[in-house]
Amino acid sequence: MIRDITIGQYFPGNSVIHRLDPRVKIIATLLFIIELFIVDNFLGFAVAGVCLGIVIAVSGVPLGYIVRGLKPIIIILLFTFTLNMFMIDGHILWQWGFLKITTEGLRTAVFMAIRLILLIIGSSMLTLCTRPLSLTDGIERLLSPFKIIGVPAHEIAMMMTIALRFIPTLLEETDKIMKAQQARGADFETGSLIHRAKSLIPILVPLFVSAFRIAQDLAMAMEARCYRGGEQRTRMHEMKLKGRDYVAFLLLALFLAVIIIESILF
Amino acid sequence: MDNIITIENLTFEYMRGEESQPVRAISNLNLEIERGSFTAIIGKNGSGKSTLAKNLNGLLLPTEGVIYVDGYDTRDDSSIWNVRQTAGMVFQNPDNQLVSAIVEDDVAFGPENLGIDPVEIRRRVDKALEDVNMGQFKKKAPHLLSGGQKQRIAIAGVVAMKPKCIIFDEPTAMLDPKGRAEIMSIIDELHAEGITVILITHFMDEAVRADRVIIMHEGKILLDGTPQQVFEQEELIRSVNLDVPLMVEMGAKLRRAGIDVPADIITEEEMVEFICQYE
Amino acid sequence: MSIRVENLVHIYDKGMPTEQLALDNISFTADDGQMIGIIGHTGSGKSTLLQHLNGLLKPESGRIIIGDTDITQPGVSMVQIRKKIGLVFQYPEYQLFEETAAKDVAFGPKNLGLSEEEINERVREAIELVGLDYEEIKDRSPFELSGGQKRRVAIAGVVAMRPEVLILDEPTAGLDPKAHRDVLTMVEEVHRRTGNITILVSHNMADIARLCDKVVVIDSGKLVTAGTPYEVFSKKEELRNVGLELPPVTQFTETLREKGIDIEDTILDTDKAAQQIAAYLQRKAK
Repeated sequence: MIRDITIGQYFPGNSVIHRLDPRVKIIATLLFIIELFIVDNFLGFAVAGVCLGIVIAVSGVPLGYIVRGLKPIIIILLFTFTLNMFMIDGHILWQWGFLKITTEGLRTAVFMAIRLILLIIGSSMLTLCTRPLSLTDGIERLLSPFKIIGVPAHEIAMMMTIALRFIPTLLEETDKIMKAQQARGADFETGSLIHRAKSLIPILVPLFVSAFRIAQDLAMAMEARCYRGGEQRTRMHEMKLKGRDYVAFLLLALFLAVIIIESILF
Repeated sequence: MDNIITIENLTFEYMRGEESQPVRAISNLNLEIERGSFTAIIGKNGSGKSTLAKNLNGLLLPTEGVIYVDGYDTRDDSSIWNVRQTAGMVFQNPDNQLVSAIVEDDVAFGPENLGIDPVEIRRRVDKALEDVNMGQFKKKAPHLLSGGQKQRIAIAGVVAMKPKCIIFDEPTAMLDPKGRAEIMSIIDELHAEGITVILITHFMDEAVRADRVIIMHEGKILLDGTPQQVFEQEELIRSVNLDVPLMVEMGAKLRRAGIDVPADIITEEEMVEFICQYE
Repeated sequence: MSIRVENLVHIYDKGMPTEQLALDNISFTADDGQMIGIIGHTGSGKSTLLQHLNGLLKPESGRIIIGDTDITQPGVSMVQIRKKIGLVFQYPEYQLFEETAAKDVAFGPKNLGLSEEEINERVREAIELVGLDYEEIKDRSPFELSGGQKRRVAIAGVVAMRPEVLILDEPTAGLDPKAHRDVLTMVEEVHRRTGNITILVSHNMADIARLCDKVVVIDSGKLVTAGTPYEVFSKKEELRNVGLELPPVTQFTETLREKGIDIEDTILDTDKAAQQIAAYLQRKAK
């Protein structure tokens, strides 16, 4: 189950998408997300979907891999779908007691589901095709102009870097602790909700203890390696916009224009 | 003698839990480490050896006394980064000291903190990874590597900062025999290149490789000398609940059986040579 | 009580591109009162095997018969398996979570659904069995104990379930020489007092040679060899081929033998090696 989560994971590759400057990809993703919320008809989604499809094809990330990433959010998807389907008033298609399905409800449900799916796939494309560290670098650099108003750009990026580094470690740790407690007869799968919540204590306490130990060790190791915040720090990977990045900006502008024209016309 | 580290009357105390009295981890310790030497520090848990290690690069500061690292006083705020760059440190847990999710970026972390030019960082990172035979793992994620490999990355991260001295705080304690052997051979190579090595360890067969062995007990130096001089004191070492190298034990047993084995035999090669001369 | 492992096969990620044969037709037996050593590299399949013995993993095929129960059968309940087999993982102190040491040790017995009285009795017994003072330690937080003590409390947590088979995965990893010796002595003591099967996984060949009645060697998911320490460590070629070392003293005496020194082969303990070498040297001196 834990292995299925692809959101936030990096899919190694060497496509044009992979090689784009992370700042370009972050801006593109932001615009894509904004666009999804501006669009108010299915044609707009179709345009977005096609563009996303092209990006996926160019990136070389297998579609199956991306779809698998949707698994963990299926519950949320079904939940919002059902909620929308039953909660919106309008022309009644089907009714049973207080439950009713309306044309408007169905339309909104489908609409929201598509929006959600595009949103998830779109944003996971960013992480799938960008090395996590380039991503944090990109964020740091995009945020650095805001340092003047007190945005801790470097600190945010460093926290993300560390989180990315230690998520797999903590998942492994969780797996180990669960198995160890299972070997002592712990049961996480049966019983009432309260019982199950209680049965998490033997996992959570050791996990927190581990996390604190890691934090302590890591802080010491970072200090020993002369870490002193973002001041006078240099970076091995310098960021310079290249030809392909400008082309990407151009395509992005084109995409935006199409969407704006589309929403004005239809 | 040219000393890279000079410790004068070091006392270190810390507060533990809710106790009102501070705990004294190191008391009134004097020590000099020669430039380019390989020193092993042995002691059981709580003997003060790890506390000493953390004092050597200013991660902990003396309660009393002074430590000079390449001439810099560790208590001096203005030179603390010089101290840490001079005396690099590799820790016990290979998982908890890597910062980045990509091997080469982790190795670059230290040089980046020092504000080194990107082109130079690139060069140092590649060189350091080659030095620890991890060149082909540059783009890998650390969590996919074995313990020994992770520890090699940690060493590369320190090497890339071009330290004059590296302090290894039980670097092999969490590794399997293969990982241990890899790390020990890298430590030997670094020493051969002229880096001063301070190795804190529980394993006597690792200590035997050093030029100098120091045994710590209850915050003080119990024994200090060449491996031969130190391990001759088998009784004393055992009395503080430490092991001796196998060949020291073997020598003592042979002496008890009436064989006149010289007390300075501490390695397998020496013992084999001694036995074969009877031919 | 005996253990029979028959043709055990386990495949990770079956049907996926990452599919991996983790256990390939492993068979061995262990008899009542035996101390069994399992050796192999990190990633050789040792951990996978242990998790099968405890029912945490189910095999693709093959059987594990403990006493007269085949624990790979679907009908067998987990509680039943865990009553029979206790598994102590590597660095077990990382699983401690309760406010007091006694409560932590009681976690396993509680999960077995025992009575309050029985639990208290077992907790006391287990804490004493691992060499700690019950009265002194019971109300202390497990987090403020020393490294060696924490590990003992964690092991007591499994011992208190009174398993008929006790499995320990690297019980001495990361300990200093004294704690290392103490934990091994404790394992021996628990083994002697309970008279059950103990399975010990370790990288320390000297410990394995000294403590175990039988040694099982695993590499790349396959059984390389199994037998008494003497039988196993005399197969030097086979061990070298899978990159495993001999106990240091054996390595030393074998080097001597290669140099033509006339002593017995595959000497596993230091005293015997010293005796033999002394006898040889005295013969030569005459």
